[in-house]
Amino acid sequence: MGKFNVLLLALLVMCALGLVTSQDRQRKIFMSLERVQEQARHLDTQTAQLELEQSSLATSSLVDTKARRSLAMQPVTNERTLHLNVGSDIDRSVMQGSENKAKR
Amino acid sequence: MAIKARHLRRNNNPLLAIKLPPLRSQIVMLILAMAFMSLAARAAYLQVMRGDYLQKEGGKRYERAIDLPASRGRIVDRNGSVLAASLPAHAVWAIPDQVDAPPEKLRALAKLLELPERDMARKLADEDRSFVYLKRQVDADVAAKIAALGISGIHQRNEYKRHYPEGETLAHVVGFTNVEDVGLEGIELSQQKQLGGLPGMRRVVKDGRGRIIEDLQAIREPRDGRDVSLSIDTRIQYLVHSALKDAVRANRAKAGAAVVLDAQSGEVLALSNWPSYNPNQRSKMNAAQIRNRALTDVFEPGSTMKPFTAALALDSGRYSAKSVIQTGPGRLVIGADSIGDAHALGPLTVEQVIQKSSNIGTAKMALSMSSREMWDMFIALGFGQSPDLGFPGAVAGRVRPYKKWKPIEQATMSYGHGVSVSLLQMARAYTVFARDGELIPVTMFKPDRPAIGTMVMKPQTAQAVRRMLELAAGPEGTAPQAQVEGYRVAGKTGTSRKQENGQYVKKYVSSFVGMAPASNPRVIVAVMIDEPSNGKYYAGEVAAPVFSRITGDSLRALRVNPDAPMVTLVMPSKGVDESF
Repeated sequence: MGKFNVLLLALLVMCALGLVTSQDRQRKIFMSLERVQEQARHLDTQTAQLELEQSSLATSSLVDTKARRSLAMQPVTNERTLHLNVGSDIDRSVMQGSENKAKR
Repeated sequence: MAIKARHLRRNNNPLLAIKLPPLRSQIVMLILAMAFMSLAARAAYLQVMRGDYLQKEGGKRYERAIDLPASRGRIVDRNGSVLAASLPAHAVWAIPDQVDAPPEKLRALAKLLELPERDMARKLADEDRSFVYLKRQVDADVAAKIAALGISGIHQRNEYKRHYPEGETLAHVVGFTNVEDVGLEGIELSQQKQLGGLPGMRRVVKDGRGRIIEDLQAIREPRDGRDVSLSIDTRIQYLVHSALKDAVRANRAKAGAAVVLDAQSGEVLALSNWPSYNPNQRSKMNAAQIRNRALTDVFEPGSTMKPFTAALALDSGRYSAKSVIQTGPGRLVIGADSIGDAHALGPLTVEQVIQKSSNIGTAKMALSMSSREMWDMFIALGFGQSPDLGFPGAVAGRVRPYKKWKPIEQATMSYGHGVSVSLLQMARAYTVFARDGELIPVTMFKPDRPAIGTMVMKPQTAQAVRRMLELAAGPEGTAPQAQVEGYRVAGKTGTSRKQENGQYVKKYVSSFVGMAPASNPRVIVAVMIDEPSNGKYYAGEVAAPVFSRITGDSLRALRVNPDAPMVTLVMPSKGVDESF
């Protein structure tokens, strides 16, 4: 009887220790999950910020100003555009011209 | 042996040999028993009777409720470019009587918050208040610098700030929100339900170091707002906005508006107004800048209405494109009133009536029809009804009930006087000419299925009027300056006087509505310049060049194949004077 009680006591202590250990482990895992979720939120915010920055830097008004001021470019208008139609006389002459250049 | 020895020793202890009275031990036992019983009773009372209350109180000491903010959805254009997005920001607030810092730190704080030192000092001097906002929507990097100052009594709260990368270019379409991230204007207001998020909450247990170690209840997840995709193309929008801004300045006009519609889908590709404002800096904004004139202002359209009268006349079978109408000496008497043309144009075909923009020719066509027929056409074209656009403030315009029309009113309405429309309504009505008689709904959003329209007139009628519009925008018409190199364009000028206190005054609205390429229209462009005052006011000289620039740029941006020879046309500097 005495030995059986000692065995039960030992089992009880082991279970209690197991419970404490698993609870500790659960909390550690939970905290790392929290950390990772916080990182995910932070990355989401960064993504949104970068997308906004990209849009801000690519706005037509900014591109237009930079092109005009820094690169001294002019807008392409229809008056300054040469349209080539496949099979047309102009097209053929342009093609021949470029072929001749290539041969030379 | 040892046991025996101990036994002997105890028995030999003289103290143990004293015989105590049994009552004494019984009293001690009783006291001990009572003490244990009272402990048990107290424990039972705390556990059973006050258990819930104590558990709640205990919980308060380690539980924390955490708000989970939801971010507002983004607004993007048809190509996915961000037009409005929310980023985390901070509200900086103070408990005035707890603020205790040396003057140089307070100066640094005022500098970071971009507040005058005097204003901040006044806010902090009010010690009766336990809470005062110093500044809302402070950017995260500035907020971090403020936190680093470590001033006691200065606190921060997380919130969101809305950013608009396109600025003034798209201000009237996108609108803006207030500091609580709630839409106040434009798409931000009309799509509040979709864009707005729903914040969540969670109850957690924190350990001694402030780390979350357990969730106590099921989390109420935050629901982020959903993105809204617009039909707007930011490239075209910029081109339209620049052209409009330049035109308003060049003509010293009060204001201007322009709309570009996709003739194939009814999508609004660009919608611009001038004056405009920067939604990122709204401190100096006024009411005139906020007005979305293309949608919320109505004006008498003038001659841009004439093609519809001609279409009705052709559709009824009473006239053909080549029918001759005598416009005579340039005046027509109707009852006690008379109407006139800018010049005596003599006999004109219906085509020429539109090409030369003759009021008399149009009025004669109108007077051969019943007022009911004309009213039906106006209503079928969407005039007098607010467009189903999902946009705040889109006006209906005004078309009076046909039973009250007098003949002179019917005549003037045929050329766009006595009716009022918005620029967007006019642009939409022109879809009938671009789509061979079919009127399609317009939308500000990217549609997921093709537009379903209604036939308003016979396809042959619409094609015939489109040819007339091409003549009107040609060298012999009222708007040769509407021409676009490489493309055939069709459109109509409209110049109308404004009314003040019921009287027509010498202030004008110049408009042009047209489409291109005329062989298979891809875009419909409507331009309105309000009160040009630089000497010119005829739409052919004021609005037509803006139409030309916008149309050319839009077709190039959409990569539409040219449908006209690429020869620079030598255009007369001025077209035929339009009658209005």
